[in-house]
Amino acid sequence: MRFSGYRTDSFYDEMFQDDGTPRPHVRLLVDTIENLSDGHLLRYQRAAERLLLQMGITFNVYGDSAGAERIFPFDLVPRILSAGEWAHIERGLVQRIHALNAFIDDIYHDQKILKDAVIPADVVLSAASYRKQCHGLSPPWRVWCHITGTDLVRDRDGCFYVLEDNLRVPSGVSYVIENREVLKRIFPAVFEGLSVRPVNEYPSRLLEMLESLALGEQNPRVVLLTPGIYNSAYFEHSFLAQQMGVQLVEGRDLVVSGGDVFMRTTKGLERVHVIYRRVDDDFMDPDVFRPDSLLGVPGLMAAYRAGRVALANAPGNGVADDKVIYAYVPDMIRYYEGEDPILPNVPTYLCWRDADRQYVLEHLAELVVKSANESGGYGMLVGPHSAQAAREDFAARIRANPRNYIAQPTLALSRAPTIVDDHFEGRHVDLRPYVLCGKEISVLPGGLTRVAMKKGSLVVNSSQGGGSKDTWVLAPGGPS
Amino acid sequence: MTQLAQPLLSRVADAVYWMARYIERAENVARFLDVNHNLMLDLPGVFSSQWQPIINTTGDRALFAERYGEATQQNAVRFLAFDAEYANSIYSCILAARENARSVRETISSEMWEQINSLYLMITAEARKAAPDSLPEFCHAVRMGCHLFEGITHSTASHNEAWHFISVGRRLERADKTTRILDVKYFILLPSVADVGTPFDDVQWSALLKSVSGFEMYRKKYGRIAPDRIVEFLLLDGEFPRAVRYSIGQADQALHAITGTPHGGFSCASEQRLGRLRSELDFARVEDILQGGLHEFFDALQTKMNTIDECIGNNFFAQRPEGARVWA
Repeated sequence: MRFSGYRTDSFYDEMFQDDGTPRPHVRLLVDTIENLSDGHLLRYQRAAERLLLQMGITFNVYGDSAGAERIFPFDLVPRILSAGEWAHIERGLVQRIHALNAFIDDIYHDQKILKDAVIPADVVLSAASYRKQCHGLSPPWRVWCHITGTDLVRDRDGCFYVLEDNLRVPSGVSYVIENREVLKRIFPAVFEGLSVRPVNEYPSRLLEMLESLALGEQNPRVVLLTPGIYNSAYFEHSFLAQQMGVQLVEGRDLVVSGGDVFMRTTKGLERVHVIYRRVDDDFMDPDVFRPDSLLGVPGLMAAYRAGRVALANAPGNGVADDKVIYAYVPDMIRYYEGEDPILPNVPTYLCWRDADRQYVLEHLAELVVKSANESGGYGMLVGPHSAQAAREDFAARIRANPRNYIAQPTLALSRAPTIVDDHFEGRHVDLRPYVLCGKEISVLPGGLTRVAMKKGSLVVNSSQGGGSKDTWVLAPGGPS
Repeated sequence: MTQLAQPLLSRVADAVYWMARYIERAENVARFLDVNHNLMLDLPGVFSSQWQPIINTTGDRALFAERYGEATQQNAVRFLAFDAEYANSIYSCILAARENARSVRETISSEMWEQINSLYLMITAEARKAAPDSLPEFCHAVRMGCHLFEGITHSTASHNEAWHFISVGRRLERADKTTRILDVKYFILLPSVADVGTPFDDVQWSALLKSVSGFEMYRKKYGRIAPDRIVEFLLLDGEFPRAVRYSIGQADQALHAITGTPHGGFSCASEQRLGRLRSELDFARVEDILQGGLHEFFDALQTKMNTIDECIGNNFFAQRPEGARVWA
């Protein structure tokens, strides 16, 4: 397969410059692919799909009953970031996570940033994800967001912008690791001559970070708490537990007794010190949050408050993940770090501000509207691709609850060559790097590149038909 | 840093136990189908639609009658192999095994998961057809797939507590299935006393042995086809892996490995019941069993095995109130 008929149109392309020549750091990849004999790449593509199905690497789609498991579409052509591009992203993420942690810790203690009127207090205190139950808590290392999956996008100008912070229970990292495994098994030649930074040390880093949260414990027991096999990210939960060698538990496996948390085993109760929880705040403890939750553990928050168990991510950290509060992250960075943000936000209109709301309502057909607390591509209006009825529906919702809506200009997301039938076409992509934060902050090189597989679509979420690509970060010293 | 042995979650123990039982069940149903099909080919026309006995081995005769009526080959195969609404069809067993495996994917090895998953992909593809292209090939594929799973389990998973629960599940299921098939031969296949010892009878006994892969091993040990000896072989043999006594003995060993109780003693109800059944079989004579009535013996045996299953559930899987020990 050749790239000869490939068009970048007017978008920033991850592989090709506007004049159609490959970017310097992907030249070798282009040569490798073009040197394959006819039909090889498609054969590899099909082999990769078969392998994913055999390995049972699937996700569940909510509201889809029979045959609810699907493979996450995988495109064989990797997305490559140069060492220089990555260094910039990495610095920006470290800065941002540092500031977000400081912000959350401040909000649950002295609220200096509110007293100094950098962010309006009512915006923070009215956030659905603000948890007054977390007031005064000081988790180990004063860290609240241990695992983050920040969504980055590139606009037409080639710059990276932060689209969302995803501080609560970000998913997708298992696909980063499995995509690399699949590509190495199916198409090893593509790695030749390049120095691609490995991703498979992530589970070890994650385990180290989690163990470090059990302060003063010699042999801490870490478990991963899942909502169960019907959760859309269940594969990832079991994958990470398996790779870390820790127990995967459901709420019903845990019990709080005498202030400590235990798991129920065939030989009685065993103490648990650290819980990597993939259950939302609301469902974690029916005594404190939603009383109807069957997924949680009664008494868990009390044990957490008393310092008898560590939770990652920390309950209450979603306050910084609210899409309205997102708009203030650059201000947080200036306030807590005394620096300008390295990675800019996407410009954001806040509908609770009268002038912004006015503008948004008048320009719905151009903007992307999001509700403050939803994820997964739900509760979202992409103006240029929307029908009149949908716009009217959103206009009514915005007027009824302006605090709950933000709007952003429709970005011309960058594109990457993707196999479509028997040729390459440009498809829009984003990038979700994963950041671990314990005593120190570390960023997994690369992250998940999600691809909007439908022509022209800007929605990359797996629940909405998105796929993914292996994402390479080249080691420093190579072509940049 | 020394690591303590990972304790096993009750839920996980439950799931691996049932995963093993379902795989074993699927394998046995495939064996029943295969051997019966083979047997039909050997029999004169008037006997050539003997599918009802197979339905009876399952203990779900009434359900079949209600859903299908007549026991034709097509109906029997549909019911036993592919019926998604019948909990003990091969299809349902493999789905259930996979659901259990999926819920403990971090505990079992990736290779085990991939093998169950490939069985699942095979059975879902087959189930879309009206009937398998070739019944013997289909049954063979299921049997081999299940054997492969057993072998992969043996050689890729640590032989730890979870593995012993897999072993207990598999052995109990196997003992149960061997009993059922013997029971059917005695009471359904046997048309009249006059047929005993005829060539027709020999064919049927051979088929029975083949359905548990025991024909060759039996021949080596006893030579001539003799019903008493076959009953002895399948019930009381201490070496043949599908014999009831052998299976119960293995289950007992695995249970002791789980609890750490020395042999000859017990620390919970399941151990006590299983140990008692084991020694009963160890010291049984086939002549006494036949004299007391084989069917009565089977009934009692199945009741005992069901009780053991319940005790295992109570001792190891049941959710305990706070602080209570499982040995209570």
